[in-house]
Amino acid sequence: MDDFFGIPAPLLFGQLLLGLINGAFYALLSLGLAVIFGMLNVINFTHGAQFMLGAFVAWLLLNFLGLGYWWALLLAPLIVGAFGVVLEKTMIARLYKLDHLYGLLLTFGVGLIIEGLVRNEFGSSGLPYRIPPELSGAWDLGFMFMPVYRGWVVLVALVACIATWLVIEKTKIGSYLRAATENPALVQAFGVNVPRMMTLTYGAGVALAAFAGVLAAPIYSVNPQMGSNLIIIVFAVVVIGGMGSILGSVITGFGLGIVEGLTKVFYPEASATVIFVVMAIVLLTRPAGLFGRA
Amino acid sequence: MTTINRRALLGTAAAATTLPISALRAQQAQTLRLGVLTDMSGPYRDPTGPGSAICTQQAVMEFAQRLGVQAEVIQADHQNRPDVGANIARQWYDQGVDVVVDVPTSSVALAISQIAREKNKLFLNSGAASSDLTGPACSPNTVHWTYDTYMLAKGTGDALARAGGDTWFFITADYAFGHALQRDTTTFVERAGGRVLGAARYPFPATTDFSSYMVQAQASRAKVLALANAGTDTANCIKQAREFGLTRNMQIAGLLMSFMEVHSLGLETAQGLLLTESFYWDSNDRTRAFSQRVQPRMPNRAMPAQVQAGCYGATVHYLKAAAAMGAAAAKADARAVVERMKAMPTDDDAFGEGRVRPDGRKIHPTMLYRVKQPRESRGTWDYYNLVATNPAEEAFRPMAEGNCPLVRG
Repeated sequence: MDDFFGIPAPLLFGQLLLGLINGAFYALLSLGLAVIFGMLNVINFTHGAQFMLGAFVAWLLLNFLGLGYWWALLLAPLIVGAFGVVLEKTMIARLYKLDHLYGLLLTFGVGLIIEGLVRNEFGSSGLPYRIPPELSGAWDLGFMFMPVYRGWVVLVALVACIATWLVIEKTKIGSYLRAATENPALVQAFGVNVPRMMTLTYGAGVALAAFAGVLAAPIYSVNPQMGSNLIIIVFAVVVIGGMGSILGSVITGFGLGIVEGLTKVFYPEASATVIFVVMAIVLLTRPAGLFGRA
Repeated sequence: MTTINRRALLGTAAAATTLPISALRAQQAQTLRLGVLTDMSGPYRDPTGPGSAICTQQAVMEFAQRLGVQAEVIQADHQNRPDVGANIARQWYDQGVDVVVDVPTSSVALAISQIAREKNKLFLNSGAASSDLTGPACSPNTVHWTYDTYMLAKGTGDALARAGGDTWFFITADYAFGHALQRDTTTFVERAGGRVLGAARYPFPATTDFSSYMVQAQASRAKVLALANAGTDTANCIKQAREFGLTRNMQIAGLLMSFMEVHSLGLETAQGLLLTESFYWDSNDRTRAFSQRVQPRMPNRAMPAQVQAGCYGATVHYLKAAAAMGAAAAKADARAVVERMKAMPTDDDAFGEGRVRPDGRKIHPTMLYRVKQPRESRGTWDYYNLVATNPAEEAFRPMAEGNCPLVRG
């Protein structure tokens, strides 16, 4: 058996694969953030809470309406997205003309409030949510044991990322959006309802977070703080990829998943830090991020 | 006219209230005041939190009148931060609170033990696990009731290693608590002839995905996967261990797990786990009676967990000691109350009979449980099968090994 730096090759391949899977989560979450920042110029700190809400809505649908995973995958993003629309209309829309910091503080505060309310209602230790029977089980890859559900996550995340990129880069709506980011007044003058477009963009970004939340529910503990644990890393991913760059956040998400996976083999204690080390290096050499426009 | 009227009115009102206030003050001077300082908003809220406050109140409701003392219970959230907790405790002690109860999170508990000693007040600990509280950091003002890291390590580690689990892999939270739990468990494993094949120390609290460690654990071919962590980290580990098929050929041991984590995971996921507790509601007639008395008032009508039951047991014993001394004497000298608590045998519905050792350690039997399969369970809260019981005198660290200055020489 071949060894790489004292680690057996099969173990290393396994870790690379797992890194890719985690990267899928990072990509999906940072995608929503990048869409919102790119179009609205708002740093959405509520993203973690909205990710968590997605998982909780999935649990509520199952326990109160008897609707399982597949329905949740469809309905939870819609419900949480609608909540995002209300949030944008009533609060965030008022801050577009102000400094970024105001939007950041508002969304951070809203995130804390949501987390607190959910904790009061459901407690802190979490709720059970099972892997759907169609996707349970595992493949024996020879060098490791690969749960079917993880494969599904990578597949779905890739599809969602590509679809979002296509919508924004290749469709007419996408071109309106990009134009509105550059010069909202001019786009408005052409008869496009820019405020409504902003609202829907925010709703879509939030829906992506909730979608990731439903995907996460069967494998991570569904608890009020599940979002805040993940979101810090995701912010780092967005910064490294270049704020607002969709392609950047997707590629960086997968890339950093792999970097983190390798760190977990060689020196697990540093696995939470390694992403921030990469972030520091990238910011020093390319302040706008890997794919950002300076 | 109006001015005079108002003045007259105020004067009368003042005169009317003076008498009751002084009478009230005299009464208050005799009231034992207990402050439950716990995690009301963080990851340990469910197994401690509001339930701890309710169990403390339960003890007061059942015993204060019977023993002829007056007692009241207040509560606060320490947010798992030593500075916040220490501030509240100082303020409470200065304002006439006699006892601080519960205090999960060892860093907060160690700070408060120090303050109680400075101010000669009492600290009844139930929620913190560090065995240092009755070891190098022991105090004549502190009683440690429910569990500690040594007892948890022994309860699960020793039993498993003796039962043939001779090779171990640890997933450890990379901070003081996780290290201590891994170290103590390793001692028992090696003493029983077992070997530790590997350990992964993951960054705390920033980790949610443990899949990488699951694959490492599997590759180690150890027979036992030990989780030296707590709360949602443990829940995440167990969920992912099942997902990656580790439960097929490894025994999973949650070194600090309670009933509430099992409840939150669901039996489908948690079945087969081994864990150690010093209280389970369905152990005997007395624990069942206690749990049914308190359940209607618990959050989500949950059965009490061990830390919450510990708040009840500790408060009952405190009230008995204070009543025996007289409330005024008990309020004047907390150290004397602790002396009295150590001299009297303990007896309450949650923990049965036991005693408080000179180093402040409360001892009682501990139980090793296996989580039931879903089809074995008769309903919500019916979660455990008893595997083994550790007698009180063997369950905890021997006093001589603890390095507690109170009992040295």
